[in-house]
Amino acid sequence: MNEALKIDHLYVSYLGNQVVKDISFSVNQGSLVGIIGPNGAGKSTMMKAALHLIPRDKGDVEVFGEPIKKWKKRIAYVPQRSDIDWDFPITVFDVVLLGTYPKLGLFKRPSKSDREWAYECLKTVGMETFSDRQIGELSGGQQQRVFLARALAQKAELFFLDEPFVGIDVASEETIIHILRDLKKEGKTILVVHHDLSKAESYFDHLLLLNKNMIHYGASEEVLQPEVITKAYANQFSFLQPKGVNVTS
Amino acid sequence: MSIFEFFQALFQYEFLQKALFTSVVVGIICGIVGCFIILRGMALMGDAISHAVLPGVAISYMLGINFFFGAVITGVLTAIGIGYVSQNSRIKHDMAIGIMFTSMFAVGIVIITMMKSSADLYHILFGNVLAVRMSDMWITLGIGVLVIGLVVLFYKELLVSTFDPTMAQSYGLPNKWIHYCLMAVLTMVTVASLQTVGIVLVVAMLITPAATAYLLTNRLSVMIYLSALIGVISSVFGLYFSFTYNLASGATIVLVSAFLFALAFFFSPSQGIVWKAHKSRKNRLELLEK
Repeated sequence: MNEALKIDHLYVSYLGNQVVKDISFSVNQGSLVGIIGPNGAGKSTMMKAALHLIPRDKGDVEVFGEPIKKWKKRIAYVPQRSDIDWDFPITVFDVVLLGTYPKLGLFKRPSKSDREWAYECLKTVGMETFSDRQIGELSGGQQQRVFLARALAQKAELFFLDEPFVGIDVASEETIIHILRDLKKEGKTILVVHHDLSKAESYFDHLLLLNKNMIHYGASEEVLQPEVITKAYANQFSFLQPKGVNVTS
Repeated sequence: MSIFEFFQALFQYEFLQKALFTSVVVGIICGIVGCFIILRGMALMGDAISHAVLPGVAISYMLGINFFFGAVITGVLTAIGIGYVSQNSRIKHDMAIGIMFTSMFAVGIVIITMMKSSADLYHILFGNVLAVRMSDMWITLGIGVLVIGLVVLFYKELLVSTFDPTMAQSYGLPNKWIHYCLMAVLTMVTVASLQTVGIVLVVAMLITPAATAYLLTNRLSVMIYLSALIGVISSVFGLYFSFTYNLASGATIVLVSAFLFALAFFFSPSQGIVWKAHKSRKNRLELLEK
């Protein structure tokens, strides 16, 4: 199978602190990969650095054997909800239409077929009746679906989603995971930053477990073993030590 | 003086025609650029850059060149300086703005008072629209055409990089360049507005009409047109009051725009305080009746 993404010895620091250390892994085309780890483990940072959105100290990122730069327009990135100004004067439909922008050249406006395609994507996520609403009027789950529609409109090969399931309703979560699985079937490659371990196994076929360092990368059931998980979360439970509980790797 | 007499004077005096034309162009471009300034959360930056233009204007006077060039150079240098200080130290962005623009402004005041009469300083700071010369008018028009052209051509890029800079960056838009180009445009708009509203009040023309439009629509494209329209209305009526009652044009223009903002703030159909209160009161009464 084709190797869609390869990350080689990725290091990122922030104000002199090493927040991501030596991450190397590769993802086959058509995989749905979850990136998990405790708070502050550098999950989002790792994703942003891999996409060259923030500076990295070291590390190469290849997409289908080429430098990631060549694939920029065919990679869709869905930001965390907290990164967006929800009061911005933009309608739901226009947000989705942004997905068609990367393929348009300078000075070109979206054509009628681009608009039809954007509407199609809005339908896929079941949000077409909200087309004319201002984006901030929607619930968190609906907003996340609209941003997924935008990613679909981009006709990307790789999808990167940063915490798409935080603070959203069950129906939206179901819709989103369903669409991600469909994308996977079409041979698209998807990486998702995720924090909820309970659903990790049912959602993803591969998991990358991080805590600044790479703890483990592999099939979901292999990563979700108690001894592997403990390695990543051990220092989270140091508050138990005075009570005589020791969680160590 | 009635509006009718104002129109008569308008046909009669060339200086008034020039003043009106310049004010209208300034109203349009401030309205357009202001939309991007407020949506990018750069209202304070707008204030800073407009003030930082002063030393550039002063030095240009000294060298006998058009003040357009000096203004753009010091404006952009200040923008770069602010970015440099806030990115390379624990100094926050708003602190950096406060430090840089007041320093630049002070340098400007020192240069001007050293070489010229304080009358010039007064006009640069507060505008003197009735003294617009032919060359000023052409500069303003040129800047107007350039600004509108840039926004039309790069509307798509401006929209993405303003709404979701991360997406813009991820597909390869040069966010930094867009930022500095916008800063350069901001300095040009300030230069264009020098005579109409003056350095001190330019920021009002950038923010107030755009903020008014922001309360009235949910679409950026509509917001831009509305903001330009509000800018023009403010300019025309401001000029009327200025001419009729012999007041500083900058001040009257800004006051008209502030009045329009107040109207939108209280009576905007979707965001207005009055309608919101009315709706929630009606809602409560209905619930009580049930």
